[in-house]
Amino acid sequence: MPDAGMLSFPGSGALWLSVRLATITTLVLLLIGTPIAWWLAHTSSRWKAAIEALVALPIVLPPTVMGFYLLVVLGPYGTIGRWWVELTGDTLTFSFTGLVLASCLYSLPFAVQPMQNAFESLDRRILEAAWTLGASRIDAFFSIAVPQSARGFLNAVVLAFAHTLGEFGVVLMVGGNIPGATRTISIEIYDQVESMNYDAAHSLSAILLTFAFSVLLLMYVINRRWQNR
Amino acid sequence: MNAIIKDSNTNPRVSIRYALQLGDFDLDVDLDIPMQGITGVFGASGSGKTTLLRCIAGLERRGTGRLIVGGETWQDRKARICRQPHEQEIGYVFQEPRLFRHLNVRRNLEYGLKRAGVNRDSVGFDQAIELFDLSRLLDRTPADLSGGEAQRVSIARALLRSPRLILMDEPLAALDRARKDEILPFLDRMHGELHIPIIYVSHHIDEICRLCDYLIVLEGGKVVAQDDLQSVLVRMDLPLLSGEEAGSVIQGTIGAYDNEYDLTQLDFSGGKLLVPGHIGKNGDELRLRIRANDISLCRDRPEQSTILNILPATIEAIQPETDSMLLLRLKLGTDRLITRITRRSRDNLSLAPGDEILAQIKAVAIRNSPAE
Repeated sequence: MPDAGMLSFPGSGALWLSVRLATITTLVLLLIGTPIAWWLAHTSSRWKAAIEALVALPIVLPPTVMGFYLLVVLGPYGTIGRWWVELTGDTLTFSFTGLVLASCLYSLPFAVQPMQNAFESLDRRILEAAWTLGASRIDAFFSIAVPQSARGFLNAVVLAFAHTLGEFGVVLMVGGNIPGATRTISIEIYDQVESMNYDAAHSLSAILLTFAFSVLLLMYVINRRWQNR
Repeated sequence: MNAIIKDSNTNPRVSIRYALQLGDFDLDVDLDIPMQGITGVFGASGSGKTTLLRCIAGLERRGTGRLIVGGETWQDRKARICRQPHEQEIGYVFQEPRLFRHLNVRRNLEYGLKRAGVNRDSVGFDQAIELFDLSRLLDRTPADLSGGEAQRVSIARALLRSPRLILMDEPLAALDRARKDEILPFLDRMHGELHIPIIYVSHHIDEICRLCDYLIVLEGGKVVAQDDLQSVLVRMDLPLLSGEEAGSVIQGTIGAYDNEYDLTQLDFSGGKLLVPGHIGKNGDELRLRIRANDISLCRDRPEQSTILNILPATIEAIQPETDSMLLLRLKLGTDRLITRITRRSRDNLSLAPGDEILAQIKAVAIRNSPAE
């Protein structure tokens, strides 16, 4: 992986770390974000608005604020951090695991909201038809709701991945700057700029810029095609 | 197929009881219908027809109720037996086709087939394709189907779920006249070829008369009539069945065809009726609908009349309908017909229950398909 021959260049380790972080975060968010989105799309609970606001919080909260609170909670003396140390002997802060946890919270709205929109626009009558054809609720979810919400899932994956790839503030607060563990691409770029290595900063920034633009372009093209179907 | 035959031998009924309150609407029904043929549920909009079907299907889970199909309890809310919709072998045909747009026709049809339970083979894939003439449509997507085609796919899809009971909620209501006429023959065939009981909801008496054998009339969430079709149609105390659509149905056998005048003769318990057109071969069973407005009465056989069918009848009952009109129930053989006359005609002819009379039935008024 990181130091494999031709793929090795200044900052490549940080780039791979970021890709790994974004991939794992996206997968975790698909797992936990889907039930949250389904619940939000169908509930009539009076807690809905509160939960929606909570999920959306990372969109407006300054990353440093969020990172600060996470540092407090995940740190070896924090509620979760202490429990984690007892369980594993490791600290959550300044580790890759802690970074995944923080990223999941930070990118949660970017995964949940597109899925929630997709689930809300599902026709409930179609699900009823599936049930009366012998599909259990879970079966109908996977055979009808998921394929008919494919666009929502695609948007969730793209946005969660791209957003995690580019995060800076939360990583800096929770993960610090440990090569191979928590030094992600955006931290690397910051470091290069700090030490006046504009060339390295340029090439890494160009990679991120190109990537961000390409995936968004791809997403909009696919969305358009789906719309015309 | 075996399971169905076994059931109809041991306990050939479907027993349905539901009580449910939704806002200011009350559904309170207690039904006992045959485990064969098509049972019509007739009623005005808002009489609770769809709600009843949704209760049976398990889609409406409020209220209390009980569903016993062929002696097997599928739902009994008091005893906490409450099968989920997918656990009941019920096929549901909705007003709209509700096809899955991400699957082509073949995979839509296979959806229920794959999930069918023990009866899996009661309706085969090829049989359903043939019955609803779908072979040319299999590779299309739902978006490329006409309204009539989509509804045919949807009915076949429900059949392939191998149900032991089929619910149809106005499956023709969203279609125009021509599309309806396109689908009705398929429903006729389904009725003839499959032995699965069907509950058919409609507010079109024409469809009911054509398809159903047993009829339930709902009014404001209550059952006001449940009996075989003919018996319910000649009841004169059901305002829903009066008006323009009042009429009755007789069942007969084709006896002859008059080539020269293109007339078919139908034999029934009350005599012979001539019907225009060549509408079947000798020995075929045929159902005719005769509207109350298409029967007139006379004391003596007219010397000359344009009416071809003049049959002896007995007046069974007379009931005022409006200030000017009366409804009469006639008995011809073992069949009964409803007719409408003016109060003045009754007095002119001094008609009374028990009188022997002649009924003039306009041949053109006799039909085996819905009115145009």
